[in-house]
Amino acid sequence: MGKTFYGVDLPNPLMLGTAQYPSPAILEEAFRASGAGVATVSLRREGAGGAGQTFWQMISDLGVHVLPNTAGCHTVKEAVTTAHMAREVFDTKWIKLELIGHTDSLQPDVFQLVEAARILSEDGFEVFPYTTEDLIVGERLLEAGCEVLMPWGAPIGSGRGLNNTYALRAMRAEFPEVPLVVDAGIGLPSHAAAAMELGFDAVLLNTAVAKAGDPVMMAKAMMGAVAAGQMACDADPIEALDMAEASTPVIGKAFLT
Amino acid sequence: MKIVLNGEARDVVAKDMAALLEECGFSGRVATSLNEAFVPAGLRAVQTLADGDRVEVVAPMQGG
Repeated sequence: MGKTFYGVDLPNPLMLGTAQYPSPAILEEAFRASGAGVATVSLRREGAGGAGQTFWQMISDLGVHVLPNTAGCHTVKEAVTTAHMAREVFDTKWIKLELIGHTDSLQPDVFQLVEAARILSEDGFEVFPYTTEDLIVGERLLEAGCEVLMPWGAPIGSGRGLNNTYALRAMRAEFPEVPLVVDAGIGLPSHAAAAMELGFDAVLLNTAVAKAGDPVMMAKAMMGAVAAGQMACDADPIEALDMAEASTPVIGKAFLT
Repeated sequence: MKIVLNGEARDVVAKDMAALLEECGFSGRVATSLNEAFVPAGLRAVQTLADGDRVEVVAPMQGG
């Protein structure tokens, strides 16, 4: 049974970014081919040519849920202002809250994240916080009003997969009722499947699809992977053992030695 | 009036945010800020500008 995201039932557990594709046409095809139900977007300075309006039209035509981000923000003030601008432009209360704390790893600054999440939640936003796998930070974000948590799998764009499956599993166990999304670090469909097998409710990825040699095929592969992982989780997988356990019955084996 | 628009120095005749957007050819879905504070669309017409103001005009863009 899938959880809702601020009351919204998503058609599937894949959230797909819209950046870095070879062309807008390939971006559009990747979305349509995969069936991803959520598109992350951003706000940037508008040029004289009105590039933003063309992009907006294409995203609107996809008919997906739009999740604007505060990518690149390093302070609470900057993130809160960006969120207000995003709410007006994209006409949604959803905000993917990113507060970047470290230049190389793009690790979230969780202290500012909690503060910004509280300000925005009190102002009616529905916050999707990009966070670490820290349980205490997760608790603080929930207290601040968040109803979704999005821990990183690995640093943004790194494609390393799930760096800390132990902590992600602990997070799932600690917050059984909270929609959890692995956001960032996915490189391969197997990484996305692994996140779903852990019991996560969705996976958010961008670079793994956009920078693949064939983004459309990779988008489809990712959708297949999250579907398989989710089904596997629902099917209650077996525990791993250290030693072999014969699967073929021993009883009735012919005596031939 | 000399202002800074999206990081570039500009000399404009507009005296408020709404007029500025029109003068500079912005239309459609944009959001605005003045001196790092959000200016909602409904307040642009009454948001006056002063010399040295820093204005940002942003629009939908690709993001992860």
